[in-house]
Amino acid sequence: MSLDLDLANVPWRSALLGGILIGLSATVLLAFSGRIAGISGMINGALTFQRSERWRWWFLGGMLLGGVLYEYAFAPTMALDPTPIRNVDPLSMILGGLLVGIGTRMGNGCTSGHGVCGLGRLSTRSLGAVLTFLSTAMVTVFLIRHSLGG
Amino acid sequence: MQSDRTKAWQEPLVILFSGLLFGFGLALSQMINPDRVLGFLDILGQWDPTLLFVLGGAVGVTIVSFRFILPRSRPLLAAQFYLPAATKIDVPLIAGAALFGIGWGISGYCPGPGWVSLMLRTSNPFLFVLAFLAGSFTYNAVAKRKTNSSSSLSE
Repeated sequence: MSLDLDLANVPWRSALLGGILIGLSATVLLAFSGRIAGISGMINGALTFQRSERWRWWFLGGMLLGGVLYEYAFAPTMALDPTPIRNVDPLSMILGGLLVGIGTRMGNGCTSGHGVCGLGRLSTRSLGAVLTFLSTAMVTVFLIRHSLGG
Repeated sequence: MQSDRTKAWQEPLVILFSGLLFGFGLALSQMINPDRVLGFLDILGQWDPTLLFVLGGAVGVTIVSFRFILPRSRPLLAAQFYLPAATKIDVPLIAGAALFGIGWGISGYCPGPGWVSLMLRTSNPFLFVLAFLAGSFTYNAVAKRKTNSSSSLSE
């Protein structure tokens, strides 16, 4: 394992600040609306198109707006690099997306619901989920990059 | 006391603002760049710790702020808190999280970054989100048939 970390190549300030903004987002949503900012549930709930789930569209719309604001206004103004456009083979998107869809329904959440919010609530259930998906994701990347023709 | 009509407009705007913070935060922290995410997951390769700072920043905030919010009797603009009822670690949780992790490792996207990346107007995020929806709907349909209308689906 190469633990010779070179923080010069790690955008840790923007990463930390971005993370804090995500935490503040979850804080605002819970404090004002009493809701958990879990994105897999957010998308699924929104697509039931029920009146009681309409609030989810406001959040999802806000997310896109925030992304646009960064990408097309903030980053150019601050002379930051735009997000690299990276299109790898479609099959990995389809296979990966399917598994993420099935897995997050079965396990009731993803990185945001179990990670950002669940850990914030000190939920042992969420901690179990986070440790599990981090492990299988790391094993998957290892197999793809270093074992299977990597 | 403010009128119900004012309140009805306040909540969607606050939720929109909250979503905006989330999307901006994901983009600023480069979590919408799958190479960053895969670089973090690649612990035996050229490890990229960026995601650790993002998660640390986010959980660092929620772990403190939630302590002050959750003991309140109700949120500021809604009637009640909507928290997950399940507390036990069970097989569906672990199996689901395991499958999610595999899909995350294959694609480099989890649902939040996948959704925000739609604004990049390029094909990968669209394919990911469509496949994510197909997987979600398939699971929901199978789970619904299994419970055979005896109990309702959890969130």
